[in-house]
Amino acid sequence: MLLELDNLCVSYATRAGPVHAVEGVKLDVGENEVLGLAGESGCGKTTLIRSLLRLLPKGAGVSADRLAWKGHDLAPLSDRDFRRRIMWNEISLVPQSAQASLNPVYRVGDQIIEAIEEHADMTPAAAKARVAELFDLVGLEPGLISAYPHEFSGGMRQRAMIAMALVLDPALVIMDEPTTGLDVLVQERIIRKVRELREISGNSILLITHDISVIAEMSDRIAIMYGGQIMEVAAAIDMFEEPVHPYTLGLKNAFPSIKQIGKPLISIPGSPPSLLGGVAGCPFAPRCPFAVERCRSERPVLKEIAPGHTAACHRSGEAEFMRARASEKQTWQFSKSAA
Amino acid sequence: MNALIALRRGVLNQIAIIRQSPLGTVGALIVLFFVIVAILAPFLAPHGAWTTLKDASGRIATLQPPSAEFWLGTTFLGRDLLSQMMWAARTTIFIGLVSGLISIVIGANVGLFSGYYGGRIDEVLMRFTDIVYGMPFLPFIIVLIALFGRSQSFVILAIVLIVWRTSARVVRAQTLALKQRQFVLAARARGCSDLRIIYRHIMPNILPLLLLYTAFNIAWSIIAEAGAAFLGFGDPEHLSWGGMLYELWISGQIRTAWWWFAFPSVAIISLVSALVFISRAYEEVANPRLRQR
Repeated sequence: MLLELDNLCVSYATRAGPVHAVEGVKLDVGENEVLGLAGESGCGKTTLIRSLLRLLPKGAGVSADRLAWKGHDLAPLSDRDFRRRIMWNEISLVPQSAQASLNPVYRVGDQIIEAIEEHADMTPAAAKARVAELFDLVGLEPGLISAYPHEFSGGMRQRAMIAMALVLDPALVIMDEPTTGLDVLVQERIIRKVRELREISGNSILLITHDISVIAEMSDRIAIMYGGQIMEVAAAIDMFEEPVHPYTLGLKNAFPSIKQIGKPLISIPGSPPSLLGGVAGCPFAPRCPFAVERCRSERPVLKEIAPGHTAACHRSGEAEFMRARASEKQTWQFSKSAA
Repeated sequence: MNALIALRRGVLNQIAIIRQSPLGTVGALIVLFFVIVAILAPFLAPHGAWTTLKDASGRIATLQPPSAEFWLGTTFLGRDLLSQMMWAARTTIFIGLVSGLISIVIGANVGLFSGYYGGRIDEVLMRFTDIVYGMPFLPFIIVLIALFGRSQSFVILAIVLIVWRTSARVVRAQTLALKQRQFVLAARARGCSDLRIIYRHIMPNILPLLLLYTAFNIAWSIIAEAGAAFLGFGDPEHLSWGGMLYELWISGQIRTAWWWFAFPSVAIISLVSALVFISRAYEEVANPRLRQR
């Protein structure tokens, strides 16, 4: 295992009280694996990875039972050592809205060289050569190394950020919404490029997105997050063929399928929970058509349903029944009146 | 070598910015004129600043209006006004430049750190800035001079301690906006230290604003120095344009010797206006909405 997380919690202190943005997350990323982390906006995906990379703003409290990289506990490492040794050498990040992540006053190549300088001993010439190599790898012309960010299109900036993330050949690349804000053709190109690069370098990727189709296309395993908690983790195929958690079922309904053109989509009624003060039971219970009394009082934990497939649902034993009912529209309408 | 090329490019860029605006060009030419006069004063000035001159009949050439012999006239004590203007330009520009530059360095740093770190650091720095905002310049300089004496360094100190405040607030506001930008987070992610982010990532993005406020601060320093010198708080060993007006005032000739009054005033006004014109050219860069449609 490259990265292991257990019971990771992040809370923000606000005037109205603590907000539990991430609650009891258990997750791991293996070697040479693409793990997709999916969930609605505001479900805690970005907070989760920022807590991992120590990029949270002041006032955020992080705790974890286990937070390990390649079997070594990361907790005792000082921020400075973490920045120097782990960041970029081991784990790199393609930040959310990567298109705005380039400083407008510096040449793109120089910003990538800065990343090298901060973490590795490389002569300026070697660093330059490495940047050229990566530009070639992500499909940018070498002449663009000395161009300014405003001369790049959105897709080119995204690729430059990917080049920056790969520059020291880290074992894990975290990509936060790598295709958001790009049109589908550029999305497709980026996805193809990332897959290609992964085959060449063999890095693991932690892919964060709210776009199920991107996740489906790229991931080996998928984790579904809701209300700051992991709802279900499974291999990509299992997640689409045999989802267990009612939230996953609802998500699946809400995405158009190419096999059923013209069929109206079924959405999940209600809106994500307020995480202020924490949620007593299952965070999805208020919107769940299958919720029972127990769901509102007791928090479900991740249970193994099949090898490599875990879900946090009290009724995960009745998966067949829920799957059958979830594809009917009335099931979800009932839930709306209940909420 | 690279640094030289970068410097040259930087200077050429600044010239290009100023030349874009006709007003800025005029301002730059005026400033250039005064700076050259100030630098060359030892060679250009026909007399010393304090030399008492005599006319053909051997009497002290007191209060002569402008003539072929004394281009800008003479003072009550028979000193050549043209020479005084040139020597005084040195003091005025020196104090303006030094106080302006020191105050922008202080203001920019206070603003950058206050805005970037926020929290308690911001609270302390900004409350301090508020206190400075409450201090009136002239009473402040009177107290300072009374305590330490009329020396040039204390005049500069007094000006700097007052002038930095505006730039600190403006820079802080810009920093607050910039630190939320995605590229700052990206820089932090790739391991940049706080200082590196402040100076290498945020500061270059507010450079047009810094240059604008450098010009403003120099202009304000010149006005402040002239005001202090006119009230008699200038360094008596270094004549400035404000100091010339002070001498006029105490000689009691302010209603009769129009030239003695006109030339230093016009010089102060034109130099300060020229600096404002230049800052206007920078303001068009910092705030594109001002550009002519």
